Amino acid sequence: MGVTGSPTSINQGTRTKGGIGESTLRPDGILKVTGEFAYSSDMWHEDMLWGHTLRSTVAHAEIVSIDTSEALATSGVYAVLTYDDLPTAVKNYGLEIQDTPVLAHGKVRHHGEPVALVAADHPETARRAAAKIRIDYRELPVITDEASATADDAVLVHEGRTDHHIGHVAHPNIVHRQPIIRGDAEAAKARADVVVSGEYVFGMQDQAFLGPESGLAVPAEDGGVDLYVATQWLHSDLRQIAPVLGLPEDKVRMTLSGVGGAFGGREDLSMQIHACLLALRTGKPVKIVYNRFESFFGHVHRHPAKLWYEHGATRDGKLTHMKCRIVLDGGAYASASPAVVGNASSLAVGPYVVEDVDIEALALYTNNPPCGAMRGFGAVQACFAYEAQMDKVAAELGMDPVEFRQLNAMEQGTLLPTGQRVDSPAPVAELLRRVKAMPLPPERQWESAGEQADVRALPGGLSNTTHGEGVVRGVGYAVGLKNVGFSEGFDDYSTARVRMEVIGGEPVVTVHTAMAEVGQGGVTVHAQIARTELGVAQVTIHPADTRVGSAGSTSASRQTYVTGGAVKNSCEAVREQVLDIGRRKFGTYHPAWATAELLLEGGKVVTDGGEALADLADVLEDEAVDIELEWRHRPTEAFDLRTGQGNGHVQYSFAAHRAVVEVDTELGLVKVIELACAQDVGKALNPLSVVGQIQGGTIQGMGIAVMEEIIVDPRTAKVRNPSFTDYLLPTILDTPTIPVDVLELADDHAPYGLRGVGEAPTLSSTPAVLAAIRNATGLELNRTPVRPEYLTGT
Amino acid sequence: MRVNFTVNGRRHEADDVWEGESLLYVLRERMGLPGSKNACEQGECGSCTVRLDGVPVCSCLVAAGQVEGREVITVEGLADFAAHRSEAHPGTGCASGACGTALDEARRWEAEPSGEDARETGELSPIQQAFIDAGAVQCGFCTPGLLVAADELLERTPEPSDADIREALSGNLCRCTGYEKILDAVRLAAARAEEAV
Ligand code: FES
Ligand code: FES
Repeated sequence: MGVTGSPTSINQGTRTKGGIGESTLRPDGILKVTGEFAYSSDMWHEDMLWGHTLRSTVAHAEIVSIDTSEALATSGVYAVLTYDDLPTAVKNYGLEIQDTPVLAHGKVRHHGEPVALVAADHPETARRAAAKIRIDYRELPVITDEASATADDAVLVHEGRTDHHIGHVAHPNIVHRQPIIRGDAEAAKARADVVVSGEYVFGMQDQAFLGPESGLAVPAEDGGVDLYVATQWLHSDLRQIAPVLGLPEDKVRMTLSGVGGAFGGREDLSMQIHACLLALRTGKPVKIVYNRFESFFGHVHRHPAKLWYEHGATRDGKLTHMKCRIVLDGGAYASASPAVVGNASSLAVGPYVVEDVDIEALALYTNNPPCGAMRGFGAVQACFAYEAQMDKVAAELGMDPVEFRQLNAMEQGTLLPTGQRVDSPAPVAELLRRVKAMPLPPERQWESAGEQADVRALPGGLSNTTHGEGVVRGVGYAVGLKNVGFSEGFDDYSTARVRMEVIGGEPVVTVHTAMAEVGQGGVTVHAQIARTELGVAQVTIHPADTRVGSAGSTSASRQTYVTGGAVKNSCEAVREQVLDIGRRKFGTYHPAWATAELLLEGGKVVTDGGEALADLADVLEDEAVDIELEWRHRPTEAFDLRTGQGNGHVQYSFAAHRAVVEVDTELGLVKVIELACAQDVGKALNPLSVVGQIQGGTIQGMGIAVMEEIIVDPRTAKVRNPSFTDYLLPTILDTPTIPVDVLELADDHAPYGLRGVGEAPTLSSTPAVLAAIRNATGLELNRTPVRPEYLTGT
Repeated sequence: MRVNFTVNGRRHEADDVWEGESLLYVLRERMGLPGSKNACEQGECGSCTVRLDGVPVCSCLVAAGQVEGREVITVEGLADFAAHRSEAHPGTGCASGACGTALDEARRWEAEPSGEDARETGELSPIQQAFIDAGAVQCGFCTPGLLVAADELLERTPEPSDADIREALSGNLCRCTGYEKILDAVRLAAARAEEAV
């Protein structure tokens, strides 16, 4: 027995290498840089077929007939499926409201809706066969905006709705509506010295994750199916897939395959059920990979919005009241719209103290593309508008926009419009101070090198459209407020299974969760948590699948908080059990086993005084400790449907941005020079990843500001730009430098004090860029993205 | 049709290639080299970037028949390609790729648990290691294409300015990182190369 007769000392404070707070490198990094990491589109099975989806070419129509005979007769085609082939009475799915048909029946409600499926031996065969399916549509009038949706004689997008929101909406073409009334906005308005209002339009953004929707379904001998797929939440998919297939959940076995980004766009199902149906029908493995065109139809987008805001303030710069109305276009199916409405309304005031508010947010059913989750989730649209308003009010008062914000900034203890008290640090004024204090980039940097102008640094870049003649600079600020985790009473839990055993003489920990690693770095952090809690160098991350309990969604900035919390929780339980074994085996050898606070460090059991009592390898020998536990954060509650009051959120995150832009006023071209960010992350579990998340979120926000928009034809509700040629994404030439200042004010309620990181930077970067462009040009600019014609007045 | 070409230094023959198939499809689906990614199949994202006779191209835009008799380097062969370049052609490239190594060799590395281990064993090319160390990999879908493009940039321009890096990588979209850490990675690889000289 390797009991240490005279306990050796190990250095106190020498944590096991690679624990929390360190910039540990990704465990999947090598696979990803060598091309060996298997993304869902890389899945391959001998003898597999390729699935293809036929999608509607019109936005709103009755389906008069579908003729699949020619497609079926095509050589190489194994199956053609339509609505009539669905095996059970359950033919719809949905995150909250099951209103989305697996395949259109009777009607199509948006351009690109799936109508039929083909499986064939080559992807091109499947595509060509699908083109031979004849569909006869009788077109219906399209509903595209609030006026057409809520007219008295409006066609109903979903006739005979019965979901639980229907009793609380003014019209069946409204998915959900949430007012928030607190104080008396009208009375408070009477105290205002200035009242400023504005109308804002927010365009439809796409997640544009690079790895297209894809996966492989393999039929199993027991009549079930194994599905390898890229998703954000395996168990949510499972809950929606199994009933449509008519299978019990344990016969649909899901494994996460490599995810090429998500950003909310993989919360809803895409090809999951389709691939399973084709596999079960043909008895062969079926792979579906969307191309980019199809990907634009295969997932929900960020809700475009119209926002009307009014703020009042006294002469000395205190906000008196706020009124707003936010109309989100949810498109043809509900997806996450109800929760997006909840966020947009409850966060509509932003990180400011305003006691008297009158808020209304609603989401419409229209025949536009369905909208749902995307990074920032309802808070992004509101932030764009309230931050524009802050600048307007400040200007009206003749105050500095940052000082005005700081004067009204919320802090710990502030009451939100929902009546909820913010019970953790809320360093809004401090973040603004930090971002303002960063040194500004040099003026006219294309000249400052001293030599001749490098056109690459100018608006228009390599297009060589200016040499600086009409170029003006502007600086703008914004700050935002985002909730972390699922709100409004949702049972937001996660599960982690942690196993410790001795392999090859070394203690090894395996962490098994169903968490979707979508690039955010959860796998890195789970290993760091296990090392910290269990003092073991070797940590293996088990592939994510449905053989362990749900981890909840990789969204809402919640995954490190909740699944990280679950891993920590399970590790603590493992530690207790390991210590029990140790006490049982060695407790009589040293009194510290009974009296001291014991830790696991460096592969040993150690007292809090730094005395090593035993090697973990000797404690465990050939025993394994294996524990699976669920973990929940503090409960939240639903918002009152009339007043919006309620403790709806569990945590908040805050980011502030300063944008510096240069605008070629002659051509209307914008170059973002720098986007500085300050964000409070509570505790940076992996500083390198945290900064990477902040920079990535910042650029997605910049994309909204200056280029990204899905353009939907208002007459036909058809998508005009479903390609990377026409949907503009920031390239490395379009992006600025992004200095990041990370603040760590612990939230005492969260594991390690951490704060969800991923979304907040997407909120504030858009309004900061807009503010900078306004500052440069003096234009009002109430719409995203800013197009050249808005800047040149053409 | 049949297509004969060299991938990562090893001769390959692909049979029954349909005339509309892209090089990307043949690499991924026929040769079992899925490292090159398909994110747009339209030449807009750069995820599928490979080198064709030394020149970075979007393999989604190259018809399979066009590579007859030519040399292709993919991300799977990047480490060996770079090692060979520094040994056999110091300071320059092996533009044809003709001096490459067998595919089996190119794929010989095992997945290691962390970047530090790999650095010790030196099995990654400098740019691959720099991407890991700088945190330039998130979801990683853009990574293979970026690596091939960045490696070619560093071969051509060992000390690139930021503007050079941005210009060279402007055909490669990344949705996750905001590009800052990708710039860091290229700068890091360039700095390490300079140190090594
Ligand atoms: S897949 Fe080839 S450029 Fe996008
Ligand atoms: S790391 Fe995800 S697209 Fe670049």
